[in-house]
Amino acid sequence: MSKDILVGDHFLSGDVAAAEGAIAAGCRFFAGYPITPSSEVAERMARRLPEVGGIFIQMEDELGSMAALLGASWGGKKAMTATSGPGFSLMMENYGLGMMTETPAVIVDVQRGGPSTGLPTLLGQGDVMQARWGSHGPYQAIALTPESPQECFNLTIRAFNLAEKYRQPVVVLMDESLGHLFERVTIPPREEIEITDRKILKDKNRDIYEADEDLIPPMPPVGEGFGIHVTGLTHDERGYPSINAETQERMIRRINDKISKHAPEIIDYEEFMTDDADVIVVAYGITARSARRAVIMAREKGIKAGLFRFKVIWPFPSERLEELSDREFVVAEVNNGQALVEVERAIRKRAIFVGKMGGEPHRPEEILKGIEEALK
Amino acid sequence: MSIIKAETHPLDDYLRTERLPHVWCPGCGIGTVLGAYLRAMKNVGLDSEKSIMVSGIGCTGRTAGYVRMDSFHTTHGRAIPFAVGLKAARPELNVTVFSGDGDLFAIGGNHIIHAARRNANITVIAINNFTYGMTGGQLAPTTPETGITTTSPYGNVESPFNLAGLIAVAGASYVARWTSLHVRRLEKSLEKALKKRGFSFVEVLSQCPTAYGRRNGMRDPVDTLKYFQKYAVVKNHVNPLEGVIEPNKPFILGEFVDAPEEATFEDKLWELTKSEFLHTSQAERSEWIIEHRRHLEILSRIISGRGEDNEQS
Repeated sequence: MSKDILVGDHFLSGDVAAAEGAIAAGCRFFAGYPITPSSEVAERMARRLPEVGGIFIQMEDELGSMAALLGASWGGKKAMTATSGPGFSLMMENYGLGMMTETPAVIVDVQRGGPSTGLPTLLGQGDVMQARWGSHGPYQAIALTPESPQECFNLTIRAFNLAEKYRQPVVVLMDESLGHLFERVTIPPREEIEITDRKILKDKNRDIYEADEDLIPPMPPVGEGFGIHVTGLTHDERGYPSINAETQERMIRRINDKISKHAPEIIDYEEFMTDDADVIVVAYGITARSARRAVIMAREKGIKAGLFRFKVIWPFPSERLEELSDREFVVAEVNNGQALVEVERAIRKRAIFVGKMGGEPHRPEEILKGIEEALK
Repeated sequence: MSIIKAETHPLDDYLRTERLPHVWCPGCGIGTVLGAYLRAMKNVGLDSEKSIMVSGIGCTGRTAGYVRMDSFHTTHGRAIPFAVGLKAARPELNVTVFSGDGDLFAIGGNHIIHAARRNANITVIAINNFTYGMTGGQLAPTTPETGITTTSPYGNVESPFNLAGLIAVAGASYVARWTSLHVRRLEKSLEKALKKRGFSFVEVLSQCPTAYGRRNGMRDPVDTLKYFQKYAVVKNHVNPLEGVIEPNKPFILGEFVDAPEEATFEDKLWELTKSEFLHTSQAERSEWIIEHRRHLEILSRIISGRGEDNEQS
């Protein structure tokens, strides 16, 4: 059996499944800093990466972790870190550098209760807007929200594929309950795993930030005489600083458009019993599991309920939600209304909000109450 | 015999001449230091195609934008961890961090001490101009006591870092300090730093007439160079803890640490990936680690001036 893809059925936590997904995707560099409830990802990577010829570094903090990821990514490695809210806050600086310099990287954020140190060992889903807007300036985020250890595996692979294809940091937004939940994870053989690698620039005479038709520039290799210059300053196609409104408009619009124009290919969601539903519950991560149960309970009571679950939360599936906007909506999440804002924007009306401040997942009954309220 | 045209410069091959003129003020010392660095690179025959420069933010941080090699201008304080990640991923590349005192020792202070502790095989050039030049001359962790800056208008009440001392005790393999006046010795020292396997650090005191000198009785760039000439004492292999810099007092320049080469951080990271290492007992792995450990007791003797190394002076 190959060491990088542990084909077969395993009993894994979400954290460990995410680490195995990364290795299966070709991740060969991890830099991180221990933080509950994500430390199991780092621990697994520390043990596993050397076995597959990869490098693991425990950095001095999350600022350095994110910087080291970008350095390693320019060195040609697929690179990942794992963290939770307080560390995610520190990573925002170089999350932005990754956007600006168009550097592939994956951040697994196992969300806990916040703000600040909050609930280190307990659930939260309060980093949704931080993933979207946490670093300053205009950019488009890509964030995935698995609901099971199997999806932690699958969606971490997809996160790498998206990071490599679109050349930017991609976030896997997990949560404490999911990170620590053990379930069966089936790891398929290599030929069944789809892997995307970055486009590599071959022409030394071409400007390094000259994009192809898909708005994505091929990434130049380092150490091969390209003499590239890469900066967090606004830069022109050559990569040279160009501090003016015209370059900002041209280059920053492109890095936004490269995601928004491909949004339909990136967006992924699950609809469960929505066809005839009068009321749709929107949920993601661990909350989607409570919501699914609530929908079944509602159906047992004769209420036509359905579930809309994000697998990719950014870019946001606004168009599909708009198509469903003749239904009533319930949004359930473990924060004070983050996805809620985007759902209401898409459906152009209010939804019933079933929020929790954090610490425990929703009971299905709490969401069922919201479903009933929506139909009043 | 080749003919050198008047409008060319011997270092043109190492510079992105299309980006000139640069952002630095007239009289700034950064160009002098960059010149010494590029000559040192040339002298030791470093392949510029296999060389990477990483900078942070600030006046010195702009250096990466002018050198004709793969270069990265990163975020404030993060040049070192970016370089550590890149070097770990690609140990065959020569990686230099070229940045300023504020970038490396204030906002980036945590990273540089850890990179030195790990003995990451990178070369760090720290231009110390005692201030934040790009933002207009604010207080730095290197501003001498009594120094007037825009954020210490009544004189600096803080004690500055002794950068060479700090990095020596953090575990660097090579530590030296020069100034923008001592260019030939700086160049030789940079050659050694570039050749050294392990964490090498060269601090270069430099003038910032625009943002610092002007407010501290050294309006003319030459005033600071004269100050360096007056107070600098060149003395190799003294205890780097004696390298404190106080206003209007002699201060030490020279090579503080030139330790025997040891296994680097990257050597060890890559050893972990070898099957001979993985598929042995933990006792044998521990043995390998001990065999390749850093000899901090030797380093400590060197730092305190009690090592054999001291006899070279």
